[in-house]
Amino acid sequence: MSDIADRVKKIVVEHLGVDEEKVVESASFIDDLGADSLDTVELVMAFEEEFGIEIPDDAAETIQTVGDAVKFINGAV
Amino acid sequence: MIDLTGKNALVTGASGGIGGAIAEALHAAGAAVALSGTREAPLNELAGKLGERAHVVPANLADPEAVAALPKAAAEAMGSVDILVNNAGITRDNLFMRMSDEEWDQVLDVNLGSVFRLSRAVLRGMMKARWGRIVNITSVVGTTGNPGQGNYAAAKAGLVGMSKSLASEVASRGITVNCVAPGFIETAMTDKLNDDQKSRILGQIPTGRMGTPADIAAAVLYLASPASGYVTGATLHVNGGMAMV
Repeated sequence: MSDIADRVKKIVVEHLGVDEEKVVESASFIDDLGADSLDTVELVMAFEEEFGIEIPDDAAETIQTVGDAVKFINGAV
Repeated sequence: MIDLTGKNALVTGASGGIGGAIAEALHAAGAAVALSGTREAPLNELAGKLGERAHVVPANLADPEAVAALPKAAAEAMGSVDILVNNAGITRDNLFMRMSDEEWDQVLDVNLGSVFRLSRAVLRGMMKARWGRIVNITSVVGTTGNPGQGNYAAAKAGLVGMSKSLASEVASRGITVNCVAPGFIETAMTDKLNDDQKSRILGQIPTGRMGTPADIAAAVLYLASPASGYVTGATLHVNGGMAMV
């Protein structure tokens, strides 16, 4: 995994309190990792801070899985 | 005793009687306060009286740019906004049939729209801190209605529904959202009433007196404090019993 993917994974593990093995690229925050809608807002906030980027609301809506987040951040940093 | 040491509070409408008393109460409990209002002179006067931990952040809430800038200015002055008291409000009273679109829009914008925008802006910091207090000052007329105040009553009732919705969204993050609904309070606004009007009002108040800004401030102080952590989405009516709802 790339550095960005590792950092994303760490944030997700910390924020949602899930096992590291579950945080795979295809894992959906809501369906697989037990996040509620407010958790997803907080995750986006945490990504913004970690990577020093802005994630607009319409882009945030498309970030459903761990892989989506990594892909978006890769394109933004 | 309520201790707000280390907490930072933004109070809108702090140049008025009720807002000033709220700011004083929070400050006396140890909070830093950012005083907002349209008139800078009374804000500076209050800040001077309070001394340390008091900041002046003027804003005209009828101006969308000022609304957008206010939370940032308050956070810069104090370091964060842990407590937001949405107290500012205006009236543009008129009989319903004579009320202009402008009178309607102005009151809804300032009394309801700005509360939405300011609350939205401070939530981010509160979510991260896992602690926050939003206290919205509504009014007894939001529950009872009042002739000549269709716009004002609509905005104040709107605050209650908005507060309950937000309260349920953020409760799990340690943030509470509540309303305080004053009845008739002695302020510059009620000073203008004549004796006849005053005695008619007093006839409807079981406690036999008008409320004071300090009565409202005491309710806000409680809802802004850690003591009220299990209270959210509530409206605390402070009206001397004139409407028991």
